[in-house]
Amino acid sequence: MSKTITIDSKMIPFQEGQTIMEAATAAGVYIPHLCHHPEFTPHGSCKLCTVNVNGRGCTACTYPAIDGQEILNETKELNDDRRKITQMLFVEGNHLCPGCEKSGNCQLQAVGYYLNMLDNHFAHFFARRDLDASHPDVLIDRNRCIFCTLCVRASREKDGKDVFAISGRGINKQLVFNSESGQLKDTGLGVNDQAAHICPTGAILIKRTGFTVPIGERRFDHNDIAETGLEQEHSDHG
Amino acid sequence: MANKTRVATVSLAGCFGCHMSLLDIDERMLQLAELIEFDRSPLTDIEHCTNCDIGLIEGGVCNSENVHVLREFRKNCKILVAVGACAINGGLPSLRNFIPLEECLAEAYLDGIGVENPQIPSDPELPLLLNKVYPIHEVVKIDYFLPGCPPSADVFWKFLTDLLDGREPSLPYELVHYD
Repeated sequence: MSKTITIDSKMIPFQEGQTIMEAATAAGVYIPHLCHHPEFTPHGSCKLCTVNVNGRGCTACTYPAIDGQEILNETKELNDDRRKITQMLFVEGNHLCPGCEKSGNCQLQAVGYYLNMLDNHFAHFFARRDLDASHPDVLIDRNRCIFCTLCVRASREKDGKDVFAISGRGINKQLVFNSESGQLKDTGLGVNDQAAHICPTGAILIKRTGFTVPIGERRFDHNDIAETGLEQEHSDHG
Repeated sequence: MANKTRVATVSLAGCFGCHMSLLDIDERMLQLAELIEFDRSPLTDIEHCTNCDIGLIEGGVCNSENVHVLREFRKNCKILVAVGACAINGGLPSLRNFIPLEECLAEAYLDGIGVENPQIPSDPELPLLLNKVYPIHEVVKIDYFLPGCPPSADVFWKFLTDLLDGREPSLPYELVHYD
């Protein structure tokens, strides 16, 4: 008999070695997340995918599926926590959606929409974060970085380049680049690298491609991330 | 009709775009006028609000006058609503938060290209600028938030009709936008 877990009372089969997130995604069950991507080693840092496993909070992207687990995912309590986490991300960085090229295609924003987040609740830090526009094809806006490390992992694991890292602590934490000058242009980043396209927010943008999709036709304009996110993860990169 | 719902509106550090969007409810304004009356608002030119049911605040808080006006609204409105991106997170005006105020003033009034007779305005009638532009929930308690830049006319309509009909206001997915 195949092994199963239940998520919100739905029986979900899994294969040995799969995480809860992997089993859920394969079964078409959406668990909100930002730092998780199916192609990369789980990081477990954003905590959005926290589910209740047999009464205990666990990050679905790192926790292994084990036969018989009873998991809660779509509950008011969990989504209230997720909304608070998302609000904290919004006040830690400087997320001014009206002027951002990624708006409408941004996963951070889409998670906010999914959770019906209407305000930022907390006091804003308005921390000063620098841009790096030195690269001919790629723009870095640290104001929008949520430290998910997807670019770090993509550059290391897929591109084999190790271009990105996170440096510093607390409010001074920032995305840094692996070059003598510290500038992006002096790294080996290429415009076709997966690291240049993996950012869930508008922190890494490809120059001269902004606002090409009109409002109303963007990824999350009509379909929430639970629908489009799963589709994308099934189709992305083969 | 007696006992109409009294609504006050104001634009603090905003661009009046949210007010324009409210007017975009078009002919539904006639239906709304049956149910509400405007108190203090750019639409009426009433200078101070008194005993209102709903206060709609556009824009963030950038100077001392904004603080006074916002507190007047909180004192006089049963329900206070943050309308639009600037009221919710400071919005575009908050881009100055990353630059010291003195440098902002110097760039605008002393060192900027084409400035003639450079001087920083200091007339006592001018409200003093705050060190930063603040979202309004950091200054007074806010009851509801309508995101968007601006919130669409349908957001205003849904929110106001929910309230007027005695329902807890809620916005469906299609009406929630941060841009």
